[in-house]
Amino acid sequence: MNEPAVEHVAADEPESAFKTNAPLIPRDSVAGRALVVVIAIMTFLACLTAGGALLVADASKAWRSDVLRDATIQVKPGPHDDVESLVAKAVAIAAQAPAVESAHAYSRAESEKLLEPWLGQGLDLSQLPIPRLILLRLRASGAEDLTALRKALASAVPQAGLDDHRVWAARLGAMARAIVILAAALFVLMIVAMGTAIGFATRGAMAGAREIVEVLHLVGASDAFIAGEFEIHFRGLGLRGAMIGGLAAVAFFATASLLSLSWAHSPGGEEIAAMFGSFALRPLGYLALVVVCGAVTLLTGLLSREIVMRHLQRLP
Amino acid sequence: MLRFENVGLRYGMGPEVLGDLSFSVEPQSFQFLTGPSGAGKTTLMRLMLLSLRPTRGTIRVFGLDAATLRKNDLTTLRRRIGAVFQDFRLLDHLSTYENVALPLRAMGREEKGYRAEVVELLRWVGLGDRMDAPPPVLSGGEKQRAAIARALIVRPELLLADEPTGNVDPLLARRLLRLFVELHRLGTAVVIATHDLQLMDQFGFARRLTIGGGKLAVFDGLPS
Repeated sequence: MNEPAVEHVAADEPESAFKTNAPLIPRDSVAGRALVVVIAIMTFLACLTAGGALLVADASKAWRSDVLRDATIQVKPGPHDDVESLVAKAVAIAAQAPAVESAHAYSRAESEKLLEPWLGQGLDLSQLPIPRLILLRLRASGAEDLTALRKALASAVPQAGLDDHRVWAARLGAMARAIVILAAALFVLMIVAMGTAIGFATRGAMAGAREIVEVLHLVGASDAFIAGEFEIHFRGLGLRGAMIGGLAAVAFFATASLLSLSWAHSPGGEEIAAMFGSFALRPLGYLALVVVCGAVTLLTGLLSREIVMRHLQRLP
Repeated sequence: MLRFENVGLRYGMGPEVLGDLSFSVEPQSFQFLTGPSGAGKTTLMRLMLLSLRPTRGTIRVFGLDAATLRKNDLTTLRRRIGAVFQDFRLLDHLSTYENVALPLRAMGREEKGYRAEVVELLRWVGLGDRMDAPPPVLSGGEKQRAAIARALIVRPELLLADEPTGNVDPLLARRLLRLFVELHRLGTAVVIATHDLQLMDQFGFARRLTIGGGKLAVFDGLPS
């Protein structure tokens, strides 16, 4: 091309004076904005589910470690038994057990106080055969082995029964596992719903960009190149949606954490704290939310690329 | 370079719109494809560009049988063919620069590597001051030149141009034709579909492929 065949326009364009690499798939469209909204909502719900499951899992771990470190000896005296000596004997046996860190026997007054919520105040309970409780705090390492103590109590104080709360802890654990599994199932359903929405949006975008796809093919673009352009487009939409949904979820958990601090000393707050711990996500929990957002972004791009590739390969 | 052997085309169960076409386009040749409106010039151009499959006959492009081409081979072949479409087929959301650079971008080349090349070509076709303009604000002639520049940017071995002068005044049409002749001199085989007899007469050395009634007649050009 030695000689210009048409007039030469000597415009000295600075290199940055014109657009050079605009996206081949137009960025803004109604369908694109709708997809961002759908992804934002789904990401928010997925983050809530993931965060909620983490809170329950953490709380369950705390419940079980607390419950399994406590055990109770219940002394049920017969009509002619000296309850105080039975309790003293049981405490002495418990205190010698290697698994026990400390043993505290509830006095008669303390035992009666425990019954106050059910029986009311001011009653004379001295004539009733109220069982006496001995609260054992177990060593962290020895919490599993209470067989020797159980045998020693059975032979020396047959009126005493040892309850290590294992059944209760197992139920708590099962409940927590059920909640986590339910959360995981909800999470998967949300991802499937989001994937379906991305699929519809990709097919819609392909129909809208049919002319662009044709031109790209005619100028020598490969299917992989075209699919890559759609991937870039949808990954951008996915990132926007995931950022909005993820930030909303982070704000939700941060607010919930602050509110739980202010509620911590109210009766309702204590119940919530018993259920969900401090209702505060650990840093690892927030990292999990970031991972969810990243996964949503990648999923959006890769899924649309796969759909476009399949569509293009079916073209004659 | 491009060989048609008994090629026929029908749409669905309708009659054949093109029948028994046999001709070849040799390397570094220059030819007009002409005929009345509706004779099938654009259809034949689409067959040559492999965007349409014949219902019978054989098309060989760069020595390969089009019927047995895999998709990857088709992509590779299209990179050796430049095409100017009657309706330009520029992408409205891209600038003129980006439209012209599109084939290079589709080949996976880095923008920095081809920027100077694209700018030079745009200036060469007289669009140096319209590089940032999107196609909707370009005049018909400017769109035409942008479409031609896009076809030329890969320095194709075969250039197919469908009515490349259909939207411009006679003066600009002659200028654009000179551009194609220049390209032909540099080694590209050129096929220009047009029904402008006056324009063809000005380039008498060119071979003429005349299509009518679904048949094709070939007339060699005068010695240049």
